[in-house]
Amino acid sequence: MMQVDLDPRTALPFPQAALPILRNTQLRKNVAHATDVIQAKRARLVAEKTDWQALRNAAAAIKDDVLGHLDRYLVEFEARCTAAGGHVHWASDAAEARSIIVEILRTEKATEAIKIKTMTSAEIQLNPALEAAGIKAVETDLAELILQLGEDEPSHIVAPALHVNRSQVREIFARRMGRTDLTDDPQALTAAARSYLRRKFLSVDTAICGANFMVAETGAVTIVESEGNGRMCLTLPRTLIALAGIEKLVPIFRDLEVMLQVLARSATGERMNPYTSLWTGVTPGDGPQNFHVVLLDNGRSSILARHTERQTLRCIRCAACQNTCPVYRQTGGHAYGSVYGGPIGAILTPQLMHMDHAQSLPYASSLCAACYEVCPVKINIPEVLIELRAQVVDRERKQAARAFDLMYIGMRVANSIFASAWRFRLAQRLGRIGLRLFTKKDGWIHALPSLGARWTMTRDLRGLPDQTFRDWWASRPKDRV
Amino acid sequence: MRASLFITCYNDTLFPETGRAVVRLLERLGIALEFNPGQTCCGQMHANTGFRAEAFSQAKRFVRLYQDAEAIVIPSTSCVAMIRDQYPGLFAEPGNDALRKEFVALLPRVYELSEFLIDRLGVDDVGAYFPHRVTYHASCHGLRGLHVGDRPFRLLAKVRGLELVALENIDRCCGFGGTFSIKNAEVSSAMLSDKLHDVLSTQAEYCTALDNSCLMHLGGALHREFAATRTLHLAQILASTQTDPAEGIA
Repeated sequence: MMQVDLDPRTALPFPQAALPILRNTQLRKNVAHATDVIQAKRARLVAEKTDWQALRNAAAAIKDDVLGHLDRYLVEFEARCTAAGGHVHWASDAAEARSIIVEILRTEKATEAIKIKTMTSAEIQLNPALEAAGIKAVETDLAELILQLGEDEPSHIVAPALHVNRSQVREIFARRMGRTDLTDDPQALTAAARSYLRRKFLSVDTAICGANFMVAETGAVTIVESEGNGRMCLTLPRTLIALAGIEKLVPIFRDLEVMLQVLARSATGERMNPYTSLWTGVTPGDGPQNFHVVLLDNGRSSILARHTERQTLRCIRCAACQNTCPVYRQTGGHAYGSVYGGPIGAILTPQLMHMDHAQSLPYASSLCAACYEVCPVKINIPEVLIELRAQVVDRERKQAARAFDLMYIGMRVANSIFASAWRFRLAQRLGRIGLRLFTKKDGWIHALPSLGARWTMTRDLRGLPDQTFRDWWASRPKDRV
Repeated sequence: MRASLFITCYNDTLFPETGRAVVRLLERLGIALEFNPGQTCCGQMHANTGFRAEAFSQAKRFVRLYQDAEAIVIPSTSCVAMIRDQYPGLFAEPGNDALRKEFVALLPRVYELSEFLIDRLGVDDVGAYFPHRVTYHASCHGLRGLHVGDRPFRLLAKVRGLELVALENIDRCCGFGGTFSIKNAEVSSAMLSDKLHDVLSTQAEYCTALDNSCLMHLGGALHREFAATRTLHLAQILASTQTDPAEGIA
């Protein structure tokens, strides 16, 4: 098993973290296959919606309204949820959220907690904190269970075990459940997971979930899922804790009509996801009797304050951008050094880290814009990537060490060259003479030194032609018609 | 009609034959073509790498240089996308009101080559002859930035002798991405490898596009692989005629 580090503070920069994955042909095959399948389903279901662009516009507008008035909607949600018997907690960062959750579970004298897939809990590294407090987290989402038993990390925000194939799942289940009789038939594997999990559903009294949407108007919380395991966690335990980013609100109940349509089609390529759970506070005699919502900031309000980057918080975590991304297709999620991989992770992670970490992520994109095209809430990811790159450069260029950084020197020199046509023409000539040293008899360059070697490692470069276009133009007869 | 050619820095230096083809093509169609010798770069490389101040000065230079042009033709989808999508952001800072005004006035006159032919000149048959098997690579900036749509296909369909072969996964990036190909060379190469597989599967003699930057990436890998498929900007195919074939074609 490769060492996977999803803590942006300690993870390797993207180009280095990608290397072991690029050598892992099985993982790459799994990722390419899975994303191809989901993408094809999504494309089919989006195509049948004649009002898809209108739905996207509506979804973006709903989230923009939320982000524009977040203060009001959060307080409204808190009031409604509290009135319905829920307890609302505010966590400014990951540490505070962890301690709130641990404290609730301690009060409940819990030794175990069943969990619905929640990337936010992975963001705050909740499971290790629970373990340190003597509370065992039991992942009940099939993909999360595979990862937990396989001691692996999530690589995708909707299908966290997307990088694992079914024969690998069989191996993990056989080893960890002691089920050597298992075949890699999907039905056999899900049946094994079911009998393993059923005992937990019936015996564990405390559950942790995330939230797909929270409705300010009513105080309701929504979870959508495919397996029904989430429904078990939401209905059977005595105590339920929902951990949600503060941006997860929608203003009114009717907004769910738009959001649930775009989410299901974008995320799993379904008209509607199989299980949609919606509840408001507590209902005496029905479902959990203690309900807590932990509202997490953890860097989000600082994103809110920024003009171009604010759209990042529209994200509804559908992973359509991950599925379509040609970079993600090669590396999967682990290379991003964050629970949020792919294009959305490349913009979200460094911002959650206040740009102090994960500075390589805004560069982990060819800016092909496939992500923007599929995003159901129209986040212009390339635009945000470029904005974040500018922030990285603004910061780095002041550092003394960058005075000798070839990229920075090159960019400064290029700028001074582009500032005048005669300097540009001179640079073209000098470049041609300089590159002649490396140009082979066939007119091509096969190897370059320094940064150029990063190009020639897999690509040749045609030697510079003897005459530039501008020199050819200048040489044309002046009296032509 | 007059038009001004913005050749772009990399075409000028690395692919002058594309520039010559644009000249040949447009003059054949009766355009009086101008070349402003003050031109250098649109600023894309600096902008996309995060060097905003540098990109701004190049963007400003472009706007000032072309204020009076009747039409500006640019044979590069990514440079046109840079001008359309990123200049507004670069000029958004307060104090650039005059520049912004000049830019807004200039923008409708900026054309990518296929846009200029189809939209401005209203031609899809440019009288070209190119008796070869060709596949078309849709550069990301052409496809999703400019939405060039069926323009290149309409132009290719009217080229006599040309056999067009569809490219699988036409909407997928080749992995170039400017400095991405250096900063993330390994991932870029992995993407390129997938694209190469699709290109070679077409058994085309030529892979064409509206952007030489993708073609430099693909062509460099094709050459490294001793592949028989070569890359050629669409302008060179469109410039080619029975009596006067494209430069460098056997």
